[in-house]
Amino acid sequence: MSKDKKKRELPKRSAADKRAFKRELTEVVPHLRAFARGLCGRPDMADDLVQEALLKAWAAQDRFEPGTSMRAWTFVILRNAYLTDMRRNRFRGEYDEGVAERILTAPAGQEEPLHLSDLHRALLTLPPERREALLLVGAGGFSYEEAANICGCAVGTIKSRVGRARAALSSMLEDGDIPDRALDDPAAHRAILEELDEVAAGRGEAAATK
Amino acid sequence: MATGNTEFMSSSRDEKNKAAKPQDGSGCKPQDPEWASGLKKLYDSVVDEPLPDSFKDLLSKLDEDEGK
Repeated sequence: MSKDKKKRELPKRSAADKRAFKRELTEVVPHLRAFARGLCGRPDMADDLVQEALLKAWAAQDRFEPGTSMRAWTFVILRNAYLTDMRRNRFRGEYDEGVAERILTAPAGQEEPLHLSDLHRALLTLPPERREALLLVGAGGFSYEEAANICGCAVGTIKSRVGRARAALSSMLEDGDIPDRALDDPAAHRAILEELDEVAAGRGEAAATK
Repeated sequence: MATGNTEFMSSSRDEKNKAAKPQDGSGCKPQDPEWASGLKKLYDSVVDEPLPDSFKDLLSKLDEDEGK
Protein backbone atom coordinates (compact mmCIF):
# COMPACT_ATOMS: atom_id res chain seq x y z
CA MET A 1 0.00 0.00 0.00
CA SER A 2 2.64 2.51 1.02
CA LYS A 3 4.47 1.93 -2.23
CA ASP A 4 1.56 3.46 -4.10
CA LYS A 5 2.32 6.73 -2.45
CA LYS A 6 5.31 7.77 -4.50
CA LYS A 7 4.27 11.03 -6.05
CA ARG A 8 5.41 12.13 -9.42
CA GLU A 9 5.85 15.79 -10.12
CA LEU A 10 3.12 16.71 -12.55
CA PRO A 11 3.70 19.32 -15.20
CA LYS A 12 1.53 22.37 -14.97
CA ARG A 13 -1.23 22.42 -17.55
CA SER A 14 -1.78 25.42 -19.71
CA ALA A 15 -5.22 26.80 -20.48
CA ALA A 16 -4.91 25.33 -23.96
CA ASP A 17 -4.13 21.94 -22.46
CA LYS A 18 -7.25 22.18 -20.37
CA ARG A 19 -9.41 23.14 -23.30
CA ALA A 20 -7.99 20.25 -25.28
CA PHE A 21 -8.65 17.93 -22.38
CA LYS A 22 -12.25 19.05 -22.15
CA ARG A 23 -12.76 18.62 -25.87
CA GLU A 24 -11.26 15.15 -25.92
CA LEU A 25 -13.21 14.15 -22.85
CA THR A 26 -16.42 15.28 -24.52
CA GLU A 27 -15.62 13.36 -27.67
CA VAL A 28 -15.06 10.15 -25.79
CA VAL A 29 -18.35 10.19 -23.85
CA PRO A 30 -20.32 8.13 -26.41
CA HIS A 31 -17.65 5.44 -26.25
CA LEU A 32 -17.73 5.44 -22.48
CA ARG A 33 -21.48 4.97 -22.61
CA ALA A 34 -21.15 2.07 -25.01
CA PHE A 35 -18.48 0.38 -22.94
CA ALA A 36 -20.40 0.93 -19.71
CA ARG A 37 -23.58 -0.48 -21.16
CA GLY A 38 -21.74 -3.57 -22.27
CA LEU A 39 -20.25 -3.96 -18.82
CA CYS A 40 -23.30 -3.51 -16.67
CA GLY A 41 -26.26 -4.10 -18.96
CA ARG A 42 -28.64 -1.45 -17.72
CA PRO A 43 -28.59 1.86 -19.57
CA ASP A 44 -29.49 3.99 -16.55
CA MET A 45 -26.80 2.44 -14.39
CA ALA A 46 -24.33 2.54 -17.22
CA ASP A 47 -24.91 6.26 -17.59
CA ASP A 48 -24.50 6.79 -13.84
CA LEU A 49 -21.21 4.99 -14.11
CA VAL A 50 -20.10 7.16 -17.00
CA GLN A 51 -20.97 10.32 -15.09
CA GLU A 52 -18.98 9.09 -12.15
CA ALA A 53 -16.06 8.31 -14.44
CA LEU A 54 -16.25 11.74 -16.09
CA LEU A 55 -16.05 13.49 -12.73
CA LYS A 56 -13.10 11.35 -11.72
CA ALA A 57 -11.38 11.94 -15.03
CA TRP A 58 -11.90 15.67 -14.70
CA ALA A 59 -10.51 15.67 -11.19
CA ALA A 60 -7.50 13.65 -12.34
CA GLN A 61 -6.85 15.55 -15.54
CA ASP A 62 -3.33 16.58 -14.55
CA ARG A 63 -2.40 12.94 -14.74
CA PHE A 64 -3.51 12.61 -18.34
CA GLU A 65 -0.59 12.81 -20.72
CA PRO A 66 -1.55 14.95 -23.69
CA GLY A 67 -1.16 13.07 -26.94
CA THR A 68 -2.03 9.69 -25.47
CA SER A 69 -5.37 7.97 -25.97
CA MET A 70 -8.15 9.67 -24.06
CA ARG A 71 -10.40 6.74 -24.78
CA ALA A 72 -8.00 4.24 -23.21
CA TRP A 73 -7.33 6.51 -20.24
CA THR A 74 -10.97 7.10 -19.45
CA PHE A 75 -11.83 3.43 -19.98
CA VAL A 76 -9.46 2.59 -17.13
CA ILE A 77 -11.29 5.05 -14.91
CA LEU A 78 -14.67 3.74 -15.95
CA ARG A 79 -13.57 0.19 -15.38
CA ASN A 80 -12.33 0.96 -11.89
CA ALA A 81 -15.59 2.67 -11.05
CA TYR A 82 -17.44 -0.37 -12.33
CA LEU A 83 -15.36 -2.78 -10.29
CA THR A 84 -15.89 -0.72 -7.17
CA ASP A 85 -19.64 -0.59 -7.68
CA MET A 86 -19.74 -4.26 -8.56
CA ARG A 87 -18.11 -5.10 -5.26
CA ARG A 88 -20.81 -3.13 -3.53
CA ASN A 89 -23.33 -5.32 -5.32
CA ARG A 90 -24.91 -2.51 -7.19
CA PHE A 91 -25.29 -4.44 -10.41
CA ARG A 92 -26.34 -7.72 -8.97
CA GLY A 93 -28.98 -9.40 -11.10
CA GLU A 94 -29.80 -6.15 -12.75
CA TYR A 95 -30.42 -7.39 -16.23
CA ASP A 96 -33.83 -6.24 -17.30
CA GLU A 97 -35.41 -7.99 -20.23
CA GLY A 98 -37.87 -5.22 -21.01
CA VAL A 99 -35.26 -2.53 -21.02
CA ALA A 100 -32.96 -4.61 -23.16
CA GLU A 101 -35.72 -5.23 -25.64
CA ARG A 102 -36.36 -1.55 -25.98
CA ILE A 103 -32.78 -0.56 -26.53
CA LEU A 104 -31.98 -3.39 -28.80
CA THR A 105 -34.81 -3.36 -31.26
CA ALA A 106 -34.50 0.25 -32.27
CA PRO A 107 -31.10 0.83 -33.82
CA ALA A 108 -28.73 -0.19 -36.46
CA GLY A 109 -30.19 -2.07 -39.17
CA GLN A 110 -31.55 -4.10 -41.88
CA GLU A 111 -30.86 -7.49 -40.38
CA GLU A 112 -32.63 -9.39 -37.65
CA PRO A 113 -32.38 -7.45 -34.40
CA LEU A 114 -33.61 -10.45 -32.41
CA HIS A 115 -30.14 -11.91 -32.34
CA LEU A 116 -28.84 -8.77 -30.76
CA SER A 117 -30.92 -9.16 -27.65
CA ASP A 118 -29.81 -12.78 -27.35
CA LEU A 119 -26.27 -11.67 -27.86
CA HIS A 120 -26.57 -9.00 -25.21
CA ARG A 121 -28.03 -11.43 -22.74
CA ALA A 122 -25.33 -13.99 -23.48
CA LEU A 123 -22.70 -11.32 -23.08
CA LEU A 124 -23.98 -10.47 -19.62
CA THR A 125 -23.65 -14.04 -18.46
CA LEU A 126 -19.90 -14.01 -19.06
CA PRO A 127 -17.55 -13.46 -16.14
CA PRO A 128 -16.83 -9.73 -16.01
CA GLU A 129 -13.18 -9.88 -16.95
CA ARG A 130 -13.91 -11.94 -20.04
CA ARG A 131 -16.79 -9.72 -20.96
CA GLU A 132 -14.73 -6.58 -20.72
CA ALA A 133 -11.89 -8.14 -22.69
CA LEU A 134 -14.27 -9.06 -25.47
CA LEU A 135 -15.91 -5.64 -25.38
CA LEU A 136 -12.59 -3.86 -25.64
CA VAL A 137 -11.23 -5.97 -28.48
CA GLY A 138 -14.33 -7.18 -30.30
CA ALA A 139 -16.49 -4.09 -29.99
CA GLY A 140 -14.27 -1.17 -29.04
CA GLY A 141 -11.64 -2.05 -31.60
CA PHE A 142 -8.71 -1.92 -29.20
CA SER A 143 -5.66 -4.01 -29.93
CA TYR A 144 -4.76 -6.79 -27.51
CA GLU A 145 -1.92 -4.61 -26.27
CA GLU A 146 -4.17 -1.64 -25.61
CA ALA A 147 -6.75 -3.82 -23.91
CA ALA A 148 -4.02 -5.32 -21.72
CA ASN A 149 -2.96 -1.83 -20.69
CA ILE A 150 -6.51 -0.86 -19.85
CA CYS A 151 -7.06 -3.97 -17.75
CA GLY A 152 -3.62 -3.89 -16.19
CA CYS A 153 -2.74 -7.41 -17.21
CA ALA A 154 -0.53 -9.29 -19.65
CA VAL A 155 -1.32 -9.42 -23.36
CA GLY A 156 -1.51 -13.20 -23.16
CA THR A 157 -4.12 -12.93 -20.43
CA ILE A 158 -6.27 -10.71 -22.61
CA LYS A 159 -5.92 -13.06 -25.55
CA SER A 160 -7.00 -15.96 -23.43
CA ARG A 161 -9.95 -14.05 -21.96
CA VAL A 162 -11.12 -12.97 -25.40
CA GLY A 163 -10.73 -16.52 -26.67
CA ARG A 164 -12.76 -17.96 -23.84
CA ALA A 165 -15.41 -15.29 -24.17
CA ARG A 166 -15.72 -15.97 -27.89
CA ALA A 167 -15.98 -19.69 -27.37
CA ALA A 168 -18.61 -19.27 -24.68
CA LEU A 169 -20.69 -16.90 -26.78
CA SER A 170 -20.44 -19.07 -29.84
CA SER A 171 -21.60 -22.12 -27.98
CA MET A 172 -24.42 -20.30 -26.20
CA LEU A 173 -25.70 -18.69 -29.36
CA GLU A 174 -25.33 -21.73 -31.58
CA ASP A 175 -27.12 -23.94 -29.10
CA GLY A 176 -29.63 -21.24 -28.27
CA ASP A 177 -28.83 -22.08 -24.67
CA ILE A 178 -28.36 -18.81 -22.86
CA PRO A 179 -28.45 -19.08 -19.09
CA ASP A 180 -31.20 -17.02 -17.62
CA ARG A 181 -30.21 -14.31 -15.22
CA ALA A 182 -26.97 -15.96 -14.30
CA LEU A 183 -26.17 -13.22 -11.81
CA ASP A 184 -29.02 -14.33 -9.60
CA ASP A 185 -27.48 -17.71 -9.14
CA PRO A 186 -25.61 -17.58 -5.82
CA ALA A 187 -22.85 -19.87 -7.03
CA ALA A 188 -22.31 -17.85 -10.17
CA HIS A 189 -22.32 -14.68 -8.18
CA ARG A 190 -19.76 -15.99 -5.75
CA ALA A 191 -17.56 -17.03 -8.63
CA ILE A 192 -17.81 -13.58 -10.10
CA LEU A 193 -16.82 -11.96 -6.84
CA GLU A 194 -13.86 -14.29 -6.50
CA GLU A 195 -12.74 -13.33 -9.94
CA LEU A 196 -13.14 -9.71 -9.06
CA ASP A 197 -10.90 -10.25 -6.06
CA GLU A 198 -8.25 -11.47 -8.43
CA VAL A 199 -8.77 -8.59 -10.77
CA ALA A 200 -8.60 -6.09 -7.94
CA ALA A 201 -5.50 -7.73 -6.50
CA GLY A 202 -3.68 -7.31 -9.80
CA ARG A 203 -2.48 -4.11 -11.25
CA GLY A 204 -5.78 -3.40 -12.80
CA GLU A 205 -6.69 -0.64 -10.44
CA ALA A 206 -3.31 1.01 -10.42
CA ALA A 207 -3.37 3.02 -13.57
CA ALA A 208 -5.51 6.08 -13.79
CA THR A 209 -7.25 7.09 -10.65
CA LYS A 210 -7.02 6.33 -7.02
CA MET B 1 -16.68 -57.23 -35.09
CA ALA B 2 -14.00 -54.75 -35.90
CA THR B 3 -15.65 -54.04 -39.21
CA GLY B 4 -18.99 -53.39 -37.62
CA ASN B 5 -17.37 -51.03 -35.23
CA THR B 6 -15.70 -49.08 -37.96
CA GLU B 7 -18.88 -48.82 -39.87
CA PHE B 8 -20.65 -47.53 -36.86
CA MET B 9 -17.99 -44.96 -36.22
CA SER B 10 -17.81 -43.74 -39.76
CA SER B 11 -21.53 -43.39 -40.06
CA SER B 12 -21.73 -41.43 -36.85
CA ARG B 13 -18.94 -39.23 -38.04
CA ASP B 14 -20.85 -38.52 -41.20
CA GLU B 15 -23.83 -37.51 -39.21
CA LYS B 16 -21.72 -35.19 -37.12
CA ASN B 17 -20.27 -33.61 -40.21
CA LYS B 18 -23.71 -32.94 -41.52
CA ALA B 19 -24.83 -31.46 -38.24
CA ALA B 20 -21.75 -29.35 -37.85
CA LYS B 21 -22.10 -27.83 -41.29
CA PRO B 22 -24.51 -24.92 -41.03
CA GLN B 23 -26.05 -23.09 -43.94
CA ASP B 24 -22.70 -21.88 -45.14
CA GLY B 25 -23.97 -19.55 -47.79
CA SER B 26 -21.66 -16.57 -47.47
CA GLY B 27 -17.92 -16.50 -47.16
CA CYS B 28 -17.85 -16.33 -43.38
CA LYS B 29 -14.46 -16.91 -41.86
CA PRO B 30 -14.37 -19.45 -39.08
CA GLN B 31 -12.81 -16.89 -36.72
CA ASP B 32 -15.62 -14.53 -37.42
CA PRO B 33 -18.76 -16.05 -35.95
CA GLU B 34 -22.13 -14.73 -36.90
CA TRP B 35 -22.48 -12.74 -33.72
CA ALA B 36 -19.18 -10.87 -34.07
CA SER B 37 -20.67 -8.13 -36.20
CA GLY B 38 -23.61 -8.00 -33.81
CA LEU B 39 -21.26 -7.18 -30.98
CA LYS B 40 -19.81 -4.28 -32.89
CA LYS B 41 -23.31 -3.21 -33.79
CA LEU B 42 -24.40 -3.22 -30.16
CA TYR B 43 -21.49 -1.02 -29.26
CA ASP B 44 -21.87 1.32 -32.21
CA SER B 45 -25.59 1.71 -31.64
CA VAL B 46 -24.83 3.24 -28.24
CA VAL B 47 -21.99 5.37 -29.62
CA ASP B 48 -24.39 6.77 -32.20
CA GLU B 49 -27.12 7.64 -29.72
CA PRO B 50 -27.63 11.35 -29.18
CA LEU B 51 -26.04 12.41 -25.93
CA PRO B 52 -28.60 12.76 -23.13
CA ASP B 53 -28.96 16.21 -21.64
CA SER B 54 -27.62 15.01 -18.32
CA PHE B 55 -24.22 14.64 -19.94
CA LYS B 56 -24.32 18.03 -21.57
CA ASP B 57 -25.20 19.50 -18.19
CA LEU B 58 -22.40 17.68 -16.49
CA LEU B 59 -19.84 18.68 -19.08
CA SER B 60 -20.79 22.32 -18.94
CA LYS B 61 -20.71 22.25 -15.15
CA LEU B 62 -17.13 21.06 -15.26
CA ASP B 63 -16.17 24.30 -16.94
CA GLU B 64 -17.98 26.43 -14.41
CA ASP B 65 -16.10 24.86 -11.55
CA GLU B 66 -12.95 25.56 -13.45
CA GLY B 67 -13.62 29.29 -13.35
CA LYS B 68 -13.22 29.45 -9.60
